[in-house]
Amino acid sequence: MMKNAVVEVDDLVVRRGRVLAVDSLSFTTARGQVTGLLGPSGCGKSTLMRAVVGVQVVTSGSVRVLGVPAGDPLLRDRVGYVTQAPSVYDDLTVEENLRFFARVLGVDRREARRCVEAVDLAAASDQVVGRLSGGQRSRVSLAVALLGRPELLVLDEPTVGLDPVLRRDLWAMFHDLADAGTAVIVSSHVMDEAERCDRLLLMRAGRLLAEDTPDALLEHTRTHDVEAAFLALVDGAGAAA
Amino acid sequence: MTPRITLAVAARVLTQLHRDRRTLAMLLVLPCLILTLLWWMFEGEEAAEAAGFDRLGPALLALIPFVVMFLVTSVTTLRERSSGTLERLLAMPTGKGDFLSGYALAFGLVAAVQSAVAVALSVTVLDLDVAGPDWMLVVVAVADAVLGTALGLFVSAFARTEFQAVQFMPAVVVPQILLCGLFLPREAMPRVLEVVSDLLPLSYAVDAMKAVSTTTGSALGGVAGEVWSDLLVVLAFALAALVLGAATLRRRTA
Repeated sequence: MMKNAVVEVDDLVVRRGRVLAVDSLSFTTARGQVTGLLGPSGCGKSTLMRAVVGVQVVTSGSVRVLGVPAGDPLLRDRVGYVTQAPSVYDDLTVEENLRFFARVLGVDRREARRCVEAVDLAAASDQVVGRLSGGQRSRVSLAVALLGRPELLVLDEPTVGLDPVLRRDLWAMFHDLADAGTAVIVSSHVMDEAERCDRLLLMRAGRLLAEDTPDALLEHTRTHDVEAAFLALVDGAGAAA
Repeated sequence: MTPRITLAVAARVLTQLHRDRRTLAMLLVLPCLILTLLWWMFEGEEAAEAAGFDRLGPALLALIPFVVMFLVTSVTTLRERSSGTLERLLAMPTGKGDFLSGYALAFGLVAAVQSAVAVALSVTVLDLDVAGPDWMLVVVAVADAVLGTALGLFVSAFARTEFQAVQFMPAVVVPQILLCGLFLPREAMPRVLEVVSDLLPLSYAVDAMKAVSTTTGSALGGVAGEVWSDLLVVLAFALAALVLGAATLRRRTA
């Protein structure tokens, strides 16, 4: 196993009803890296992320996080997770949401304020979440995940629908967090976000198409953008089969 | 369980309620309106009043917190399940016990206020005859509210939508209302139904209320000993529902 590995997924299979959502998939991620999980919607990204966080019943294979099985009680204050739908209370203000989750995690108010500022919501902190825009709401959810500086951050499509300036700022923040030693996993179905990642996991129909750095991926597929690389890989896999 | 987290959950539920002014107003005012309506029905004739309001009032004081808390809890916890906040909390250091007791604590507190207001109105303005101490009515009402909360938490696991959650009220609550002795003394019912009513928690809640209002005794609080044994049964049912409810809270889902 890789030294310094934060997430180690080995031969993971997740069956949801009749659908094989994740099909014998293996990869590792390291501290200090932003890993992009890319693939079309419905390819199993969210299921894979749920497995990493330990909220998904898995069929077989293993998922270890920070050296213990995913979902272990030891991980409950070391992993931050943001689902696609913002998991915060619509009828509380931004600040009340953050303070509540901060109390659950046992961190102080200053930390709650820091996280609100980190997602650029300080000006809206006394507004009720239900009245915020969709993008603001998902940032509240992101702020909650940042509480207590988790060692692993798992973010399911955190930049969807955000304005380009904010999107750039968030990616800068992900890299700052990675530079500080956090392992960050970000999913997206927008291929042009790939070049912002240190490493890429390309997924399609539950399987891993490629695991590489963006540059190596382009070189290897002799393409100029990740969208083309993705197509080349799919066509290549078709031709090989 | 961690007291810090239990209290955080309770405080958060109360903050949410505080924001929802209309629900809060209804929680406090509606029981009073219903009791007043009941009193009015029997107003005028002395004999009818004794048979009507004095007999049915205490039962209603038991019923209202039970029904209201059942509904409020089943809908709020369902919302918590479907919004993903429950999943998030369980991925954090929250124990299932923290979540459940946080809710029970918050709604128990609301029920205490609700019942105190309703009891105060009943014994002062509406002149309800209570043999035992008035505050014991509030104690029994809080136990009933906790029972309603616990059952609401449990059934919310079996509902996927708020429509379904609300439908559990006729399924779980109405039969208990019919069989609790409000309409017909339990011993006057067909034997099978009498046995069934012995197995339903609301019967004990209503019995306790009736005993407080019609008898006195030497047990704690100046009431008959059976009040406390009835209360114990109500709380045992509540605890059982909370334990079953905890089993429906899953950290991992398919």
